[in-house]
Amino acid sequence: MKILVCISNVPDTTTKVSFTDNNTKFNTAGVQYIINPYDELALTRALELTEKNGGEVTVINVGLVDTEANIRKALAIGANDAIRINANPEDGYFVAEQIAAAVKSEGYDVIFTGRESIDYNSGIVGGLLAEILNLPLINVVSKLEIEGGIVTADRDIDGGKETVKVATPCVISAQKELTEPRIPNMRGIMAARTKPLKVVEPSGSNALSNISAFEMPKPKGDCKYIDAANAGHLIDLLHNEAKVI
Amino acid sequence: MPNFQPNPEIIRSQKQDLFEGPDFYQIDDLLTEEHVLIRNTVRDWVKKEVSPIIEDCCQRNIFPNHIIKGMADVGAFGPQLSVEYGCGGLDYISYGLIMQEIERGDSGMRSTASVQGSLVMYPIHKFGSEAQKHKYLPKLAKGELMGCFGLTEPDHGSNPGGMVTNFKDAGDHVILNGAKMWISNSPFADIAVVWAKDEKGVVHGLIVERGMEGFTTPETHNKWSLRASATGELVFDNVKVPKENILPNVTGLKGPLTCLNSARYGISWGAIGAAMDCYDSARRYAKERHQFGRPIGGFQLQQKKLAEMLTEITKAQLVCWRLGNLMDQGKATPAQISLAKRNNVDMALHIAREARQIHGGMGITGEYPIMRHMMNLESVITYEGTHDIHLLILGMEITGENAFM
Repeated sequence: MKILVCISNVPDTTTKVSFTDNNTKFNTAGVQYIINPYDELALTRALELTEKNGGEVTVINVGLVDTEANIRKALAIGANDAIRINANPEDGYFVAEQIAAAVKSEGYDVIFTGRESIDYNSGIVGGLLAEILNLPLINVVSKLEIEGGIVTADRDIDGGKETVKVATPCVISAQKELTEPRIPNMRGIMAARTKPLKVVEPSGSNALSNISAFEMPKPKGDCKYIDAANAGHLIDLLHNEAKVI
Repeated sequence: MPNFQPNPEIIRSQKQDLFEGPDFYQIDDLLTEEHVLIRNTVRDWVKKEVSPIIEDCCQRNIFPNHIIKGMADVGAFGPQLSVEYGCGGLDYISYGLIMQEIERGDSGMRSTASVQGSLVMYPIHKFGSEAQKHKYLPKLAKGELMGCFGLTEPDHGSNPGGMVTNFKDAGDHVILNGAKMWISNSPFADIAVVWAKDEKGVVHGLIVERGMEGFTTPETHNKWSLRASATGELVFDNVKVPKENILPNVTGLKGPLTCLNSARYGISWGAIGAAMDCYDSARRYAKERHQFGRPIGGFQLQQKKLAEMLTEITKAQLVCWRLGNLMDQGKATPAQISLAKRNNVDMALHIAREARQIHGGMGITGEYPIMRHMMNLESVITYEGTHDIHLLILGMEITGENAFM
């Protein structure tokens, strides 16, 4: 079984977000980058599946050279090899086009993405990739098994879950409960030194969108305490001030 | 072989470890990509496996032997020794970063790793025969065998040359007699690297195995420090040790002192870990705790404490980074290691005390790691060469005069 896991390089969840150039650029100064957590779950599940059923796991990333630290981490966690498409990931369409062009003739049985990346959260790469490659997509998958070329996946839907079966090849986007993330071990880190990391140049397609401005959410207001005897005032505040009822 | 099963007695805390390591001078830029990966890996492992249990283990004086395998997996046991014998083959900066992160969790856990890597594996690696290296090192690296180090005696601590533990030639084996004290890992260790005098009074290293007749390891109870680490004695009552268990390639005090240099180097990094944890906890607490209508972090006296903590941590990080490079180049001197161990442990203990004050009454409870680190560091400041002895080593380096006796 050949599995591809698409990983993106995102700011650490504890990053203090700020912007530069008149709120048009994300300020990267001092920012630590991690593998997108949903992608890391996808990678872990891919490794569990190949450990059980045999096969190989490749990770792919669209990014410039500074993303290689996290690609190397993915190799340390256990991926067999890696591809980096040497381009700034401009938008979801661009990323999907680049990945599709790089892997369309490679014959992967399963292509994993995260349900979304935790930086721009567009959540569209998996869907676009499936469309471009003409493959079925199961998104927001919280449980996944593969048996004899048939994928059985639980996916989150409004108010519950549904179980979907599909034949490989297919695209899967990973949700939080898919598995537990795996911490690399020292042997994995040492092995990652010599695992292949292929760098390919981007193909012709362009991004379809660009960011014109960022805005920070309003700071949280102070907590107001209302006396229990004064419930009417609470309702008034919720209706007129917070505008939630 | 240690028991790798989780101890059902240990209670796992649901509290999330929110630690963020300070890097005020962007020292990460001085590290390689692999160093950062190793550091972050061990940090993640500590958050997942050590932080949730360590307070309970300390409070109830339990050594969490189920985490030995995890420690081995993240490379805590002899990571700087050669791959040929199943070790990590990493550099000394990596070794230091691993010690830093484990001690960020707890000094007792780091002590277990230091003893295994620097005081048991290192002497076998450096002074052992090929047969000894192949027999012990791969299993020690995996945590399948655990070791301890016998140098200190009841009446000989800072003066190890006065040791009375001795062995006599008896044909194909020697007869070992004596006692060692304050030995980390002794209660569960499978082997002990023991330093003892031969009939001519020359110090040799011997590998003593659990099960040899006359060898016992009574546990030391009622410690107020390193309570999650197991400490004990080594007692040798006419123990027959085969001659092939004597380390062939070293004689004299140089043997144990060389091991101590390696361990002290790790401690100088480890102390930064304990200091960082205290600082980080104090920093967060100072922002959350309100008095007089505002966070206490807004008051000058608390800011002074935090600013001085960060200053001292940053200095210690730079000392260790440079010392690590000297270690890798084989140029680090014992006096340079003494400076780092002495400075950094003292700095960490001072930071623990200041952090305790920022936490107020909460600082003395197990809700925060401060008092545990402080009590642990009270051991760290005198083991592996006391604070005062390291000063005398530096004094002798500066003046050429021996002020030890």
